[in-house]
Amino acid sequence: MLDRMKGPVLKNRDELAIMDRANRVVLEILEILRGMIRPGVTTAQLNAVAEEELAKRGAKSPFKGYAPMGLPPYPAVVCASVNDVIVHGIPNRGKLQEGDIIGLDFGAILEGFVGDGAITVPVGKVSPKTQLLVDTTRECLEAAIAECRPGRHLGDIGAAVQEHAESKGFHVIRNFVGHGIGRRMHEEPQVHNYGRRGRGIELREGLVLAIEPMLCEIGPKLRSRIERGSRDGAVDDVRTDADRWTARTVDGTMAAHFEHSVAVTGNGPVVLGK
Amino acid sequence: MSKEEAIEVTGTVLETLPNAMFQVELENKHKVLAHISGKMRKHFIRILPGDKVLVELSPYDLTRGRITYRYK
Repeated sequence: MLDRMKGPVLKNRDELAIMDRANRVVLEILEILRGMIRPGVTTAQLNAVAEEELAKRGAKSPFKGYAPMGLPPYPAVVCASVNDVIVHGIPNRGKLQEGDIIGLDFGAILEGFVGDGAITVPVGKVSPKTQLLVDTTRECLEAAIAECRPGRHLGDIGAAVQEHAESKGFHVIRNFVGHGIGRRMHEEPQVHNYGRRGRGIELREGLVLAIEPMLCEIGPKLRSRIERGSRDGAVDDVRTDADRWTARTVDGTMAAHFEHSVAVTGNGPVVLGK
Repeated sequence: MSKEEAIEVTGTVLETLPNAMFQVELENKHKVLAHISGKMRKHFIRILPGDKVLVELSPYDLTRGRITYRYK
């Protein structure tokens, strides 16, 4: 939950070192999960392994039990978002199938600081269009990270993501955003994945952002909503299941998601945990 | 994370209170205590009982708001 009164919290070198360790745990475990992905594996199995690996490293989960604003507590340590699920898919006994893509969003709390990251992994061989979606989303994250320098603005990050996504014909999900991260999983500011260069707060040394572009293919329903447009570029582009967490694309099209926690430093962007 | 934004609703000013605070009745008949945005204060936009105004509410505290626009 955002604490609107506080504003962004800047981190010093010692704090960044801890956050680097927390994010190392996240990236290591994501790699273990990536190695398990093949047809027949269930998302519940992935969650069980993630929970075990967290405990092994003396870390806790910021996801499990997380209950913002009247939502039921999130029941797992990992979000497993298959195909048209954009984010917040709850792990279950359903088996992964050849041609699926699965988004894995994962966090760890270590020494009081939170690390947060996500990857999208193809299951076996996927269609060329789906592969392009996954690759483009990763490139959007890379483009966004390159903007994380003192003096750039929050809008530069959003614009970088939006420009690259739209150049490949994909839609940037508007209803979810990245966030500042530190002692709490969600800190100020919100990091929109769309926007205009030069807008928004100026990035400063010590700011840590969890940047998480989410892209999807454009179906007919979404296209009409985009064409209707809005003053601030927002589009209502998500529908949520009865479990109140699982967020899907409006047309049931494929969606991909990548995330890194990135520190803004005088030497340029630093992807924490790498 | 989910995008979190202030909720915008229109209402009618019932009463002016000290410190540029106002009692506003929203379209849904709820009464909220609202203060005037700094930008409106800076530009001396006067607000009187009976004016129709746009109010921003925080999703966390629905009893207080922020007046961001006065309709003519």
